[in-house]
Amino acid sequence: MKLRVLMLCVLLSLPGAAMALSPNEILPDAALEQRARDISAGLRCLVCQNQSIDDSDADLARDLRVLVRERLVAGDSNAEVEQFLVDRYGEYVLLNPRLGLHTILLWAAAPVLLLTGLAALLLARRKNHSTGAAELTPEEASALAELDRDGPRA
Amino acid sequence: MSIELGHFSLILAFAIAAVSALGGLVLWQRGDRLAMVLRQASVLQFVLVAVAFLALVQAFVVSDFSLALAANNSHSLKPLIFKISGVWGNHEGSMVLWILILVLFGALVAAFGRRLPSDLSNLVLGTQSLLTAAFAGFTLFTSNPFERLTQPPLEGADLNPVLQDIGLAIHPPLLYAGYVGFSICFSFAIAALVSGRIDQAWARWVRPWTMLSWIFLTLGIAMGSYWAYYELGWGGWWFWDPVENASFMPWLAGTALLHSALVMEKRNALKIWTVFLSIITFSLSLLGTFLVRSGILTSVHTFASDPTRGLVILSMLAILIGGAFLLFALRSSSLRQGGLFAPISREGALILNNLFLATAVGAVLVGTLYPLVLDALTGTTISVGAPFFNLTFGALMAPLLLVLPFGPLLPWKRADLVAAGQRLIGMAALAIFLTILISALGGVSISLAPLGLLLGFWVTFGALAEVIERARIGRIPARESLRRLIGLPRSIWSTALGHLGLGLTVLGVVSVSAWETEIVTTLNPGESTELSGYIIAFDSFDQVAGPNYVADTGRFTVTAPGGRTAQLDAERRTYVASGMPTTEAAIQSYGLSQLYLQLGEPLDDTHVIRVWHKPYILLIWLGALVMAGAGVLSLTDRRLRVGAPQPSRKAVPKAAE
Repeated sequence: MKLRVLMLCVLLSLPGAAMALSPNEILPDAALEQRARDISAGLRCLVCQNQSIDDSDADLARDLRVLVRERLVAGDSNAEVEQFLVDRYGEYVLLNPRLGLHTILLWAAAPVLLLTGLAALLLARRKNHSTGAAELTPEEASALAELDRDGPRA
Repeated sequence: MSIELGHFSLILAFAIAAVSALGGLVLWQRGDRLAMVLRQASVLQFVLVAVAFLALVQAFVVSDFSLALAANNSHSLKPLIFKISGVWGNHEGSMVLWILILVLFGALVAAFGRRLPSDLSNLVLGTQSLLTAAFAGFTLFTSNPFERLTQPPLEGADLNPVLQDIGLAIHPPLLYAGYVGFSICFSFAIAALVSGRIDQAWARWVRPWTMLSWIFLTLGIAMGSYWAYYELGWGGWWFWDPVENASFMPWLAGTALLHSALVMEKRNALKIWTVFLSIITFSLSLLGTFLVRSGILTSVHTFASDPTRGLVILSMLAILIGGAFLLFALRSSSLRQGGLFAPISREGALILNNLFLATAVGAVLVGTLYPLVLDALTGTTISVGAPFFNLTFGALMAPLLLVLPFGPLLPWKRADLVAAGQRLIGMAALAIFLTILISALGGVSISLAPLGLLLGFWVTFGALAEVIERARIGRIPARESLRRLIGLPRSIWSTALGHLGLGLTVLGVVSVSAWETEIVTTLNPGESTELSGYIIAFDSFDQVAGPNYVADTGRFTVTAPGGRTAQLDAERRTYVASGMPTTEAAIQSYGLSQLYLQLGEPLDDTHVIRVWHKPYILLIWLGALVMAGAGVLSLTDRRLRVGAPQPSRKAVPKAAE
């Protein structure tokens, strides 16, 4: 199913190229390293379509991982690291799109759909009540008549 | 010769489908005579497309490279199974498979549908033929699989090594069967709209087909997920990739359809909504298959990204889907709504299910298409990836899972929530207890883990509440309980198992997300490392030659916490012909958990080794299997109903003897 990533990364990682996170990239400071991992999981491997740099074995992903760690060691906050990468590569690098004017419809979609659905349900209910939908259809009436004739079933 | 036979068969099938479509949709009121003709035409379409498909298979099997398709995608030395699966490992061949499944479903309706009222049967088979004509026409005119080469090569170009996997043999046919099966629901919806007649019999007709397609789609998605898991080399199993979303949306919509058709069948309510869902579900299937194919979403699933083909496909989709919705807009008001019920009732619960599932479909659809649309309109490129989907989808599923166990316990029409709550209280207590216990033992690495765990246990146990209650387990002798269990109606069992499967999948997802452990280190042969109590010893390193690749092979001995040892081989292969490297991870199961070991690249004279412990990961796919099994159970229950909306026979004549 995930053939695209498979293929692209297969194509892009030439023999001997770097694989996903390597031991020599890992920072000695465990807390800093954990922050690096958290940030990496939200950054897109730009040549791998839809993989985070934490999972990707493409060269570019490795470079970005190293870059993230360099910024962290230099004392950047998580947000600053992200901003640094966005400045360099554009918002495309963020797997989780920022909330802004251009993404308002994206973020609003789910809640708006849910509320619309709820409203439609309430409306349909009110309409049903006011139009007296409680009247029986001919089939229901005849079914009722039959039941009456049969009397209560065992 | 046989290739031309296949070609002519497909052309003939196209012509018959076109005529059947015209006949069925225009003259549908002509009654039984036409119905008989259309049924025969449907069966004939299937036979002809089957001949066309077999002609392709034969050319691949005997390596007839005068067929352009075989020359481009096959190789004489390939194992037989990959020769056959190679038929649909490309654009043209996969179109033929798609059409084959389409006409198979049409023929099944014709074969089982003798009891259908003739006008309904005419409309359904007419619509089905219209779909066949459209896609057979597209295949013949823009992507002819039967093209010959005047100067055939001696050897074929071979199939991409990544696709030479048992996964390719199974995954696309399963997915297609799921996608295409929903065409039946679509055809029934069109028939209902055109004829203006829709009743419980209609729902009883549509439900088995929905169920059948849903089973295939469930298995197809689960299979694709497991394939990615073992092929990719780092153990990811779901990526919210557009291609995955494309298969997930029809699944969500199909799940909603299963539930709404239930309301319609039992209570004659939700008619318009059910018709709407039938159209939506198949439209999403079409979108899924062809959005990928059109080249808008580039991926290896995109076998051919020829812009004209893409344009033709998209116009076809626009006409089919747009036409269906236009018909819906014009005619749906003529369908009478029926069946009143209070908000707190089985109907109400199923509507809530539909509300959340439909919203989830919408959210995934928007998330998948938003970057494309934004880029086209403003030139701004953004990514919508896993973090976004996890958040929105998770937020929509949590309330659904929370109310799910109540649903099956509520009676139709009017229900007492407190009474249902009392019946679930034991299960709730058990779920809370286990959640606290596991969170205390396992530690809470991500803050939402206990909530996910609670929901998973709640759904899993809640699913069993009705079964346990009905069998009066613990209150009457065990033997009597067992007898009652076996005697329970299959619909009760399939509901319970379906929900149980969902609960298991949720538990697997939560467990892996929260408690997966990982180690990345360097090792030399003779050294060892430790992860979550497992001792991983690197025994030896070899370079071996496979049939068409060379491999670096690491041999490992893993000692489980219990002392059990296992030999694992992890490889990094380089395919000779293409120079393409692949990693073959070693996977060892311990109960439902797995140890996933990957041999990395050499680094300063040592080897990078990555090991993951994935607790209870198998629950994810086991849950999917249980869900599919529940579907099968439900189908066997309505074996007689697949054929016809037969009035339930008035039991056995009472005291006849």
